[in-house]
Amino acid sequence: MSHSSSNSTSSHGSVKSYVTGLLLSLVLTVIPFAVVMSGALGTVTTVVVIAVTAVLQILVQLVMFMHMNTNADEGWNVMSFVFTLTILVLVVGGSLWIMQHLHLNMMIG
Amino acid sequence: MATDTLHHGATSEPHEHHDASGTKVFGFWVYLMSDLVIFGSLFATYAVLMKGTAGGPTAADIFELPFVLVETFLLLFSSFTFGMGVLAMNAERISQVKAWLAITFLLGAAFVGMEVYEFQHLIHQGHGPDQSAFLSSFFTLVGTHGLHVTVGLVWILVMLVQLSTKGLTPMTRPRILCLSLFWHFLDIVWICVFSFVYLMGVL
Amino acid sequence: MFGKLTLESIPYHEPIIMVVAAMMAIGGAGLIGALTYYRKWGWLWSEWFTSVDHKKLGIMYFVVALVMLLRGFADAIMMRTQLAMAAGGAAGYLPPEHYDQIFTAHGVIMIFFVAMPMVIGLMNLVVPLQIGARDVAFPFLNNLSFWLFAVSAILVNISLVVGEFAKTGWLAYAPLSGIEFSPGVGVDYWIWALQISGIGTTLTGINFFVTILKMRTKGMTMFRMPIFTWTSLCANVLIIASFPILTATIALLTLDRYFGMHFFTNDFGGNMMMYVNLIWAWGHPEVYILILPAFGVFSEVIATFARKRLFGYTTMVWATVAITLLSFIVWLHHFFTMGAGANVNAFFGIMTMIIAIPTGVKVFNWLFTIFRGSLELTSPVLWTLGFIITFTLGGMTGVMLALPAANFVLHNSLFVIAHFHNVIIGGVVFGMMAGLTYWFPKAFGFTLSEKWGKRSFWCWFIGFYVAFMPLYVLSFFGAVRRMQSYANPEWQSWMILAWVGAVIIMMGIACTIIQFWVSIRDRKLNADVTGDPWDGRTLEWSTSSPAPFYNFARLPEVGDIDSFWSQKQRSNEQLDEAPYTDIHMPRNTVAGPIISLFALVLGFALVWHIWWLAGVGALGVVISFLARVFNDDIDYYVPAAEVARIEREHQQRKTTPTASDSTESKQTNYAEARA
Repeated sequence: MSHSSSNSTSSHGSVKSYVTGLLLSLVLTVIPFAVVMSGALGTVTTVVVIAVTAVLQILVQLVMFMHMNTNADEGWNVMSFVFTLTILVLVVGGSLWIMQHLHLNMMIG
Repeated sequence: MATDTLHHGATSEPHEHHDASGTKVFGFWVYLMSDLVIFGSLFATYAVLMKGTAGGPTAADIFELPFVLVETFLLLFSSFTFGMGVLAMNAERISQVKAWLAITFLLGAAFVGMEVYEFQHLIHQGHGPDQSAFLSSFFTLVGTHGLHVTVGLVWILVMLVQLSTKGLTPMTRPRILCLSLFWHFLDIVWICVFSFVYLMGVL
Repeated sequence: MFGKLTLESIPYHEPIIMVVAAMMAIGGAGLIGALTYYRKWGWLWSEWFTSVDHKKLGIMYFVVALVMLLRGFADAIMMRTQLAMAAGGAAGYLPPEHYDQIFTAHGVIMIFFVAMPMVIGLMNLVVPLQIGARDVAFPFLNNLSFWLFAVSAILVNISLVVGEFAKTGWLAYAPLSGIEFSPGVGVDYWIWALQISGIGTTLTGINFFVTILKMRTKGMTMFRMPIFTWTSLCANVLIIASFPILTATIALLTLDRYFGMHFFTNDFGGNMMMYVNLIWAWGHPEVYILILPAFGVFSEVIATFARKRLFGYTTMVWATVAITLLSFIVWLHHFFTMGAGANVNAFFGIMTMIIAIPTGVKVFNWLFTIFRGSLELTSPVLWTLGFIITFTLGGMTGVMLALPAANFVLHNSLFVIAHFHNVIIGGVVFGMMAGLTYWFPKAFGFTLSEKWGKRSFWCWFIGFYVAFMPLYVLSFFGAVRRMQSYANPEWQSWMILAWVGAVIIMMGIACTIIQFWVSIRDRKLNADVTGDPWDGRTLEWSTSSPAPFYNFARLPEVGDIDSFWSQKQRSNEQLDEAPYTDIHMPRNTVAGPIISLFALVLGFALVWHIWWLAGVGALGVVISFLARVFNDDIDYYVPAAEVARIEREHQQRKTTPTASDSTESKQTNYAEARA
């Protein structure tokens, strides 16, 4: 009965998308580990590499494993995710900004 | 029987059922968004407190990257194997679903085992979570992720039992989909953990 | 064996508590006795406690909230009495360590156990009906959410007679709330009551978010939803995004207290300012969770009783969305004085002022709706007009507080207390009273007494000003919050005036109790036989009162805003001749109450460090949840014939000569009100 599989939102994968996702993720994992463990690049560059590969891998897994896309079915998923990310940026970012200033002024933490 | 209720459709409104599964999965996705905020709060706390080492060990002192790399591979592969399980479910191959779930379970259990080992090792050395703000926030952030994975493991076991006793039904299918979202979500959070806690920690 | 719990934990030597405990025991025994005598346990269990019907859950939320209002208000009158007495060196009757528990409990109870459940109760009762749905997306979770909340309320009430409550203020700032400075069980009661009910609230947020997005009836696009549904949607977004911050923060405090960790301690690298930061990152969205649905109530009430479509529907929606987003970038205004510096303070100060703008838009929309409408001064409208005046004043004092420079003078003074009571009472309480009156007939099938409703309003309105304007005055003299006594005897007359105001509010609460009594007594006279006692505009008024358990025999189709109103204009009779169909409904759930009961055991055990009992509670929660997970028999079909029978009954009641039609029954109420 293909009733639910044609309607469920996140079951449209294929072996190919999962294998691609796995391989990309492996590469995007090995790169930052290698950079850090070898110490080959400067600190700032390393941090950038870590951040960029992390973001990329997250996107890879969102798209390849969790099948996030912008078609009608998934519309609210993407919207909720973007909203949550926005809140996180505001709250986490805001918190770090606030706490950094508190640290400077209040000599705690 | 549950399947009866779905097919009683002759005299019931057509649009009522066909997205019951979709609604459940969407609801679970929304729960994951709230979970993301919990992790966000824990990450923020870690970022603020990670310098609070109180004369004790810093991140660079206690993190073992090769160990973390193995953990990462375990979790990553388990995400892949769960994906295979979902494909098997779409193809109605229930025994394959169970096999892939079982492999996922083993990989996930190995991940949790390694993490428990890491924690125990640190506590043995006198670097437990009550020793400094840095250690408190490290143990809590990583430990919360590990707890989530453990809950996921229990959930996998429950699904294995339900698949054996009930098979693939309109009740078990959305649960497997929700669990897959959960499992992939945990791998995504782990990416943030190994990147911002472990890798950046040793710099 | 019993952890920290001993017989000494019961405060035998506190006369006030012992009297209250005796009253609770007698009242409880009376209730249990009555239920047993009238053999109502089975009915209570199967019709109410295990119900997944959103309408019944909504009623139960409201019932618990009203009971907790009595407790929270008792705290208030005790505080006002103490302050009326304790001038110029006098000690009053409440020593500081009691006074501290009372103001803490007052805040916790009013926010978490009165305001939140009233808001959630109204959302439960109304939203599915307004969107033309049969129930929420996850009915079992809805029941579980209610019971998690209810057992948390029970836990808070247990703390009164077994042990103590927190003495830290309602947000339990660290390091005062840490184990070093609060070694007793009070903060632990606070922790577990809020964690357990917080889970329930988060589940509610998810439930209603999905419900509103996915279960609207055919033709109801987002921009055809009633405004109350819009504000509920936004409030639920706030719940989903903010409550996890509270969960995490309380968890970190818990780890500090139970495992000696150092998140918020003075030493070992802890940072107590992070606690303040995180708790307010939750706390500010929380107040918008409370006020947005109240705004929604006012929109519905004004449009209905002005007999005019709400002015500026689209701007109302966008204003609500703007408030939702902005509420996440103002939170620092609760701790300007903590020391983040001018730049940070300036940013958050400006943002705080900006958030007043969309609220202003809403006020103007309400005013423009009234203008050239023919506003009927029913009690919901009185609550609304009272709100517009009072909330606007309170909002203005908020803008004053938003100035960091002013805030440095006003922080922690009575000005802050007066401000937030101004907006919470003027906004949330008045909104909930309006909503209670407005939707009461939909819930119970008869209207409330207008006469007593108006009396209640006037007592609340006058009482509020008499109680809180003196606090603004006192704040300019330098009076601070959370003080058990004060040195300056010149302040006493203002404190006494404030006490008088509190007594007037108490009379308002008494009027509401009398209102219930009288209305129940006269329910046959004030029966709402048509389902539409106010000539309403939105879909909930198209059902009978109370609505049938399945809400709609045929799911309605909607073509515009205020669709029920348009439907009535087109024809006065529902012409639907299509055959009824079987209706798919969820079964009741035993798991909801039982999981929550084990959660109560777990919470109590954790408070008192009774580890074996905590294990029992935790295991019970898990096993009961698994039992639910393995239960297949969770839904059923209502046969079309049964639906037809119920609908026929409703039609007959509507057209029977003895039962008046909607105009007459309205006149009965308004005639009574004019009497």
